[in-house]
Amino acid sequence: MEAARPVAVAARRSAWVERFGLPYFDGWMLAAAVGLIGFSCFTLAQATSDDIPGNPLYFVLRQMVYAIVGLALMFSVARVDYSRFRELRVGIYSAMIGAILLVLTFGAAARGSRRWIELPYFRFQPSELAKVLLIVSLAAFVIERTRRGSDPRQTIRLLAIGLAPAALIFLQPDLGTALVLGVITIAVLFLAGVRWTHFAAMGAVAAAAATLTFVALPAVGVSVLQDYQRERLTSFLNPSDDPGDASYQVNQAVIAAASGEKAGRGDQSTQTELNFLPEHHTDFIFAVIGERYGFVGAAFVLSLYALLVWRALRLLTLSKNLYGTLIAGGVAAMLMFQVLVNVGMNLGVMPVTGITLPLMSYGGSSVLVTFMAIGLLQSIHIQAQLSQRGSRAVDPLLR
Amino acid sequence: MYRHGHDEAPRRGTPLQRRASILGAIAIAVFAVLGLRLWYLQVLSGEDYRQQANDNRVNEIRVQAPRGEILDRDGKVLVANRTELALQVQPDDLPKPSTPERRDLMKRLARITGDTPREMEQEIAEVRKVSRSSPVILDRGLGAGNVFFLRENQTSFPGVSVERVFARDYKQGTVGAHLFGNVGEVTAEQLRLPRYSSLEQGDQVGQSGIEYEYDRFLRGRPGANRFQVDAMGRPTDQLNSQPARAGSNLRLTVDADLQSLAEGTLGSFGLPGAFVAMNANDGEILAMGSTPTFDPSIFTRPITERQYKALTSEETDAPLANRAIQGAYPTGSIFKVITALGALKTNLIEPGTIVNDDGEVKVGTQRFKNAGDAVNGPINMSDALKVSSDVYFYKLGYDSNVQKGKGGMIQDTAASLGLGEPTGIDLPAESEGLVPTPAWRNRLFKQELTDRPWAVGDNINLAVGQGDLQADPLQMAVAYAAIGNGGTIVRPRLAERVEDPTGEVLEEFESTPKRTVDIPEEARSTIMTGLTRAAMEPEGTSYPVFGNFPFPVAGKTGTAERGIDRADQAWYAVLAPADDPEIVVVVTLERGGFGADSAAPVAARILEKYFGLPITPTSRTGSAAISE
Repeated sequence: MEAARPVAVAARRSAWVERFGLPYFDGWMLAAAVGLIGFSCFTLAQATSDDIPGNPLYFVLRQMVYAIVGLALMFSVARVDYSRFRELRVGIYSAMIGAILLVLTFGAAARGSRRWIELPYFRFQPSELAKVLLIVSLAAFVIERTRRGSDPRQTIRLLAIGLAPAALIFLQPDLGTALVLGVITIAVLFLAGVRWTHFAAMGAVAAAAATLTFVALPAVGVSVLQDYQRERLTSFLNPSDDPGDASYQVNQAVIAAASGEKAGRGDQSTQTELNFLPEHHTDFIFAVIGERYGFVGAAFVLSLYALLVWRALRLLTLSKNLYGTLIAGGVAAMLMFQVLVNVGMNLGVMPVTGITLPLMSYGGSSVLVTFMAIGLLQSIHIQAQLSQRGSRAVDPLLR
Repeated sequence: MYRHGHDEAPRRGTPLQRRASILGAIAIAVFAVLGLRLWYLQVLSGEDYRQQANDNRVNEIRVQAPRGEILDRDGKVLVANRTELALQVQPDDLPKPSTPERRDLMKRLARITGDTPREMEQEIAEVRKVSRSSPVILDRGLGAGNVFFLRENQTSFPGVSVERVFARDYKQGTVGAHLFGNVGEVTAEQLRLPRYSSLEQGDQVGQSGIEYEYDRFLRGRPGANRFQVDAMGRPTDQLNSQPARAGSNLRLTVDADLQSLAEGTLGSFGLPGAFVAMNANDGEILAMGSTPTFDPSIFTRPITERQYKALTSEETDAPLANRAIQGAYPTGSIFKVITALGALKTNLIEPGTIVNDDGEVKVGTQRFKNAGDAVNGPINMSDALKVSSDVYFYKLGYDSNVQKGKGGMIQDTAASLGLGEPTGIDLPAESEGLVPTPAWRNRLFKQELTDRPWAVGDNINLAVGQGDLQADPLQMAVAYAAIGNGGTIVRPRLAERVEDPTGEVLEEFESTPKRTVDIPEEARSTIMTGLTRAAMEPEGTSYPVFGNFPFPVAGKTGTAERGIDRADQAWYAVLAPADDPEIVVVVTLERGGFGADSAAPVAARILEKYFGLPITPTSRTGSAAISE
């Protein structure tokens, strides 16, 4: 019986491993996500130690808790077959709209906008959660509608479904998240095969709307955007004009990021340490990385994102069904857009919109929701692997 | 939408595959843009931004250095420093521009500074252009009332403070006013010059006079108080600071007592004029001044337009002008020594040649007469200098006339003795003067700036220092010194040496003659004899002034005609002692009449003081001159 013992141990270990579905996980994607959140904690530990007097670990400890909860959330979501969410689309969509309305009515206000719901130990930001919920429900609605042909009215209805939460979030006001929801909607419709002509029409309407918002309506005295929003959106075009708030932040972020040069300034990072760089633990954490760790560190972070996005895009063709493809596309678009806008803002080529850098920016809602989205991607990966093996029956995860 | 079954996995080559590829291409583009931007910022431009990050955090407060003192040759302090209170604003701490708060604050400041809010905003904007965080001084010499008011109401004057600054303190009042020049904030244009390369906006530099000429010694080195600040401007760390180093002291060749006496004596006439007392051998200036004078401390405050006008306008005789180096005058008969030297050198005449002075010279229809219609009879050169015969020199002028080019021996001699060129004294803004030549007048005629070309009459006038000749007292002093010392054209000099505050010599200035000219001994002794007889012998032109002087001096009067409606200008040039001159004194008085009546007495008092003789009261001769 002596030979049997290792076998038993191996069997037990493999059962444990299989319980979490590890064999079918996308390892690269997991590595990218863990690498990013780990680097986030590492950076926060070094860069925010003076931010809260007497509590040097304030931000790190909290971010680590979010990371652990987020990873757990990711594993849980990954274990579920995402296809089940299709049937729940109406419920998911209603819950999302409800949460946004709730925050509009009862939310805690900060700097003139209502974005949070106060929970015990946690301020929850429904608009963050809305990203994932919209991806899951919109993809389902899209598939539902494809059965009814491809006429423009369908496109308009789907567009309305996608943009309704965006509009509500815009009213909070939270322009950044509203834009992310818009991008998700466009990406899902795009992958679903909406005709190019429909996109052309959308583009025309968007251009008209932009003209109205920025030029025509202000001229007659109606302002759609808050002053600070318009300033933020336009000031990046010529940041040195007025070193006022928005462009001051961008200028300082660019100085911080660029002054890191090749190898970074480490503890000599004056832009962060002396608070020239505002919001350095959230919106401007990429500039902190640039200053502290230089091109080496910043390029490393960018390549982790590239890895993550690549693994997500890979699922577009790997997915076992169109639903998975659309979800993967929505998540990939969300990640890409957030990275583009946030890093672009840190490097002075994008406007200040308050969009977080996924898994790097400090903040519970953002971290948890990003992990949920990655959990969805993992679920798509697992399901694709399982269906390829044609072994749905023996799937240990879906008993 | 796609035509495949809605829930099938996508296949390669399907429309979805194409759209997935497009999404992939967008992803590549996104990361390429971000990566390249990152490369551009960190690797290609990182250094510039590192500098900007450092500029952000390092706050440098300039610590002004006290300027060196200016001393006379015996160490008597002429110009020192005092501290005064200045109104200073820190632009970053003021209310934001074009807000009502800013306008209100500037209006209230205007009541203190006397400038308009617009002027103050311009000044702030100008400084900000050069350095963003530099404080701006809006007013100096705040009175106690304003200081108390500002300190008591500090909260309603955000960004405004009262600072201690250095200002020049003129210990001897107006004595030497024209020499020192003023000190002022370095201008934006000056900052571009290499001379001011180590300076910054807000630093004080000499803007004229000795302060300008010797600024590099007097200026000292401003220090810097450097510390690290956070984004709110709060100091977080002291960085290595540099203490200010006081400027070195400058000791002049000027004798303050002599200067004071000369200024007082000249000033007692109430006429515009100037004097120079210079060492005849090495060009050290012992005293030099100009009237009317002014209070140099006026420039330690911002000067109003009316004040400036009063200092420069013709009605007030432009007190700011230093007539000793900027006057452009005909010199009258003191020029005759130059004509005499030229004539002897070129053998136009022998010292003993007798010329009959019958009172006038006729050239064509023109008649040139002696001053006062005098008739001197047969005279040689020494006699001609003694009695200042015009006819004798008219004839030399007639004989030496050249119709073309640079003219004849008079022009040559005048130029060789330093007329028509700056003397090279260590002061800025010296005038060149003018020795009229045929070429000069003919050019003007061609440009229709004068009514006739060069004529022999021009040369006749020049021979006696009338007409178009322009020279200043210092140029004449240099020319006389050359005759006195036997041919050295000295470079006049005000600075003796640079010392540190304990008196240790850091740099000594040496006399560097400009050149030497050949003055034959016979010519020199003829001229010196003529000048000595003019001063010491009865019937000599300045015998009434110098006849009783304890030892012989060699002096020449001059009375320059300044036009039909204007009174004559008095001149006197003297070398003393006559046998071995060590000092040359030149005095001129616009509207002073005969040289012997006003200019010569001033020169006499200067010599008495210099040689330590009892000073004769000037009032008798002086008032006589004015009443004329």
